[in-house]
Amino acid sequence: MKEDTSVVNILDKITKDEDPESEIKMKLGKLLKQLDLHLLNRSLKHISLEICLNPTIVKNDIELLKHFSGKGEQTVLESIDYTSDYEFSNGCRAPPWRQIHGEICYVLVKPHDVEALCITCSAEGVFLNGGKTDDEGEINYERKSEIYKDLVTFLKEKSAKFSENMSKQDVRFSEEWKKEKEEPKEAPKKEEAAAPHKALPASGKSMLEKNQINFGRSQMTKRLEPSLNWKATVDFKEHKSLLRDTQEEKHGGRLERSGPPVSPGRAQLVRKSAEKIEEMISESSSESEEDEEPPDHRQEANADLPSEYWQIQKLVKYLKGGNQTATVIALCSMKDFNLAQETCQLAIRDVGGLEVLINLLDTDEVKCKIGSLKILKEISHNPQIRRNIVDLGGLPILVNILDSPHKSLKCLAAETIANVAKFRRARRAVRHHGGITKLVALLDCAQNSEPAQSSLYDARDVEVARCGALALWSCSKSYANKEAIRKAGGIPLLAGLLKTSHENMLIPVVGTLQECASEENYRAAIKAERIIENLVKNLNSENEQLQEHCAMAIYQCAEDKETRDLVRLHGGLKPLASLLNNTDNKERLAAVTGAIWKCSISKENVTKFREYKAIETLVGLLTDQPEEVLVNVVGALGECCQEYENRVLVRKCGGIQPLVNLLVGINQTLLVNVTKAVGACAVEPESMMIIDRLDGVRLLWSLLKNPHPDVKASAAWALCPCIQNAKDAGEMVRSFVGGLELVVNLLKSDNKEVLASVCAAITNIAKDQENLAVITDHGVVPLLSKLANTNNDKLRRHLAEAISRCCMWGRNRVTFGEYKAVAPLVRYLRSNDANVHRATAQALYQLSEDADNCITMHENGAVKLLLDMVGSPDQDLQEAAAGCISNIRRLALATEKARYT
Amino acid sequence: TQLKIHVGLPKTLTTNIKKSEVECLLRVFHSLVEKANVRLNNFGLDRNAFRAILHSIFGMTDDMLMNRVFFAFDKDNDNCINAKEWVKGLSVFLRGTFEEKLKFCFEVYYLNSDGYISREEIFDMLKNSLHQQSSEEETDEGIKELVDITLKKMDFDNDGKISFADFEKAVKEERLLLEVFGPCLPEAKVQCQ
Repeated sequence: MKEDTSVVNILDKITKDEDPESEIKMKLGKLLKQLDLHLLNRSLKHISLEICLNPTIVKNDIELLKHFSGKGEQTVLESIDYTSDYEFSNGCRAPPWRQIHGEICYVLVKPHDVEALCITCSAEGVFLNGGKTDDEGEINYERKSEIYKDLVTFLKEKSAKFSENMSKQDVRFSEEWKKEKEEPKEAPKKEEAAAPHKALPASGKSMLEKNQINFGRSQMTKRLEPSLNWKATVDFKEHKSLLRDTQEEKHGGRLERSGPPVSPGRAQLVRKSAEKIEEMISESSSESEEDEEPPDHRQEANADLPSEYWQIQKLVKYLKGGNQTATVIALCSMKDFNLAQETCQLAIRDVGGLEVLINLLDTDEVKCKIGSLKILKEISHNPQIRRNIVDLGGLPILVNILDSPHKSLKCLAAETIANVAKFRRARRAVRHHGGITKLVALLDCAQNSEPAQSSLYDARDVEVARCGALALWSCSKSYANKEAIRKAGGIPLLAGLLKTSHENMLIPVVGTLQECASEENYRAAIKAERIIENLVKNLNSENEQLQEHCAMAIYQCAEDKETRDLVRLHGGLKPLASLLNNTDNKERLAAVTGAIWKCSISKENVTKFREYKAIETLVGLLTDQPEEVLVNVVGALGECCQEYENRVLVRKCGGIQPLVNLLVGINQTLLVNVTKAVGACAVEPESMMIIDRLDGVRLLWSLLKNPHPDVKASAAWALCPCIQNAKDAGEMVRSFVGGLELVVNLLKSDNKEVLASVCAAITNIAKDQENLAVITDHGVVPLLSKLANTNNDKLRRHLAEAISRCCMWGRNRVTFGEYKAVAPLVRYLRSNDANVHRATAQALYQLSEDADNCITMHENGAVKLLLDMVGSPDQDLQEAAAGCISNIRRLALATEKARYT
Repeated sequence: TQLKIHVGLPKTLTTNIKKSEVECLLRVFHSLVEKANVRLNNFGLDRNAFRAILHSIFGMTDDMLMNRVFFAFDKDNDNCINAKEWVKGLSVFLRGTFEEKLKFCFEVYYLNSDGYISREEIFDMLKNSLHQQSSEEETDEGIKELVDITLKKMDFDNDGKISFADFEKAVKEERLLLEVFGPCLPEAKVQCQ
């Protein structure tokens, strides 16, 4: 527009004087102007192609179209609606996992002349999607049309009526758009490029405007006030769902790039999520769900405030404006409120009490500090308050107080830290301010006290150490803190504290150790510091929580063989076995069964467990238990069943039926353990009959389709003894429709364990000629050949066995040679694993029946290697190596003979 | 020679202090008395001298409370603290058991010797506890409310005043209330060492 007027101006100026020279000037000016405009238009076209849609634009489009939709001939559309009512804070309505693809929202549009369209609005543009699927109201997200640059263009293309009625709308329509342009939003508007709009019925104007304003405002308030309404009683379920929503919002915020103009709130979200990533890198995985940031509830001005709110407000006034005496009185009085109640906790914060309480910690007034800490200690049980304390910079101050000579101050500060450090950011803050070292130093108190000192001092020192352990327990959920505790010399101190008999002390100490035992360094130290002995001792305690943590710590440490032996030597197996009989406390039961599982990896321990009748009890626990318990029980049985006596025992106790029943679960860890246990049982022909009768083999086979590689591998391993021991195994295997094809296709996996297990299964399947023929048809030979170039000895062994089995059919021997499986196999002979040697020699023996293979072997230096193998003490290996050499030799002789005759 | 005369005295006291410490306290007392009372009689410390000691040695600042501490020390109400009162008072100050301190603080806080801390007395003791607000009336109002809060917390039998039983119960529940109406014991920093 501006350009146009300037042209006119120039024209005016030039045409005033009628100089012929100025006429040329005018022409030149006009030409230049045209070029200028042309260039601008061109560049605009290019730019507009690159501009993406964002939620605000889409929202405005839809909002606007809504106003021109409805019944009657004059409207542009019959209806236009979102598919989802929920809008995320970034303005998107698409679920987070679709937002990743840049999708903003989905709209259902019913034009006048064509049938309803389900449209995806994404950052790249607008397109038709697969529509709503009938049953669940889910949307088929797949693109079914070209991508259009915006909704209006799209609809113009799809609906003639829309296009027609749209052009009837007047300039006001475009005025509306212009107004939007003037709004302080950086987002470029691509509607500029849209076709000019004509008449708009005047009636629509006021309504439209009003709505536009309202709409704008509601959006603004949404941006500025991300918090959710505060309610006195938060329904737990609601709380949860809100929590999930904020999580999703964050998710969206992080992944969506071409978003709307970045508002301060959003920027914060993005920053927060970035921070989160950083935290995730530095923190350990053992953190609980509690780490989720809960939504921030703020007291709303018009909400009905409880009377406590006003009373607390008054007290905070005294905290702010009083001297030490008044402050102490106010603090003591505040402590009389029910600080465990959320109303009071939030009231203290909402009237600004939290800042004052934290400020008090920074003064020299010991009494004020004590009073303040006593309150903070209570209210920090609330997850929101914890976050507020951290946000207000409370942690560095709390950490500093740990240095105070005043023991009760130290205790209170440590207890408060124990409460606050329940989420990542706080734990990190404790570490960054040197809190871990100071907390570890608190543990030292109890050690230093001389026996000569009075018992009063002793008790107080013990209390300081207890509080320190409590805080460390909370902090130890982060990986970096575990490391910091170790570096600060915490392990020997914790080991020392374990020798005390104070239950209150033992629980946080064992809790910390148990948390830290997830780290290799700790497990080694736990062994070295003779901690196992004390853990075992405390298994006999009366306190269930203590027993639980001890069992848990043993569970963590008993991956190590020496530790398992130590548990046995210190008599820990008996209390573990007897704790199995009490099944009411599920947490403890889970810990105890976990410890038994890990301990039973050692045979000697299994023998003990059998002695203590633990195996029968374990079988009894196979039903009606939570998954955490089942995983461990089944894991333990899997270990026990490696021995004949126990397999018999499990069968006699009726353990096979419940085990097979568990094969249909979905818990990954449980499935891995169950398949292992069933596989162990299947070694016994009698047990195998039961498994077969219960259709266990089919269930195992189905698990080969499980998405998780561990489950696949474990199921494949379990199938091996099943096929070995089933009566009429060949027929059974054939009866699984598509089963053989499934197995062969698993050879395409890239997981070594899966490959090894499937090779083992194929070895067993191929014992049946008919099945071997089927898998050959499914292309087992090329797939096996492809795997030959591996360095993994486990895979090599089972692969070689499978190859040697598969040679038994048709011209498979030749095919293996054609697919170049022979040369890599020869290299297996250089491995250090005797099992690999045996399997390879057998495979080569089979392959050497084919002349070409013999040549390949000879070329790759197999003869020398095989000659060494002939001297092996392993008879099978000897035999196979010798057989192979003889085949090669015979071929050579035949060739020579052929040459001279 | 003076020392020997007085050594006999404290033996009748129940204190937590060793004999050598008593001697030491007495020595300090005499040197203080000598310093303070060059002009006056030689019987003991008068109020001003005692307040100066409270301020310089024990870090107390509140005039009114120092007066009250003086009266609590001065058992025989002769406006002068003699050697016996000195040793007895300081034994509470320095080595007092919880019960002794409790009793001492209560004595400091009630003035008119009726055995109760009245509402008026509380008001008196707390009247300087708020930083000056806009007007005097407002401050007064604030202090009145603070007195109410205190009474609500400590007056268990609801008679509008605090008896020793009330006081004892409240302090046993919350140790911070021991010096509820102002500091009258040596500072905690000194205590915990």
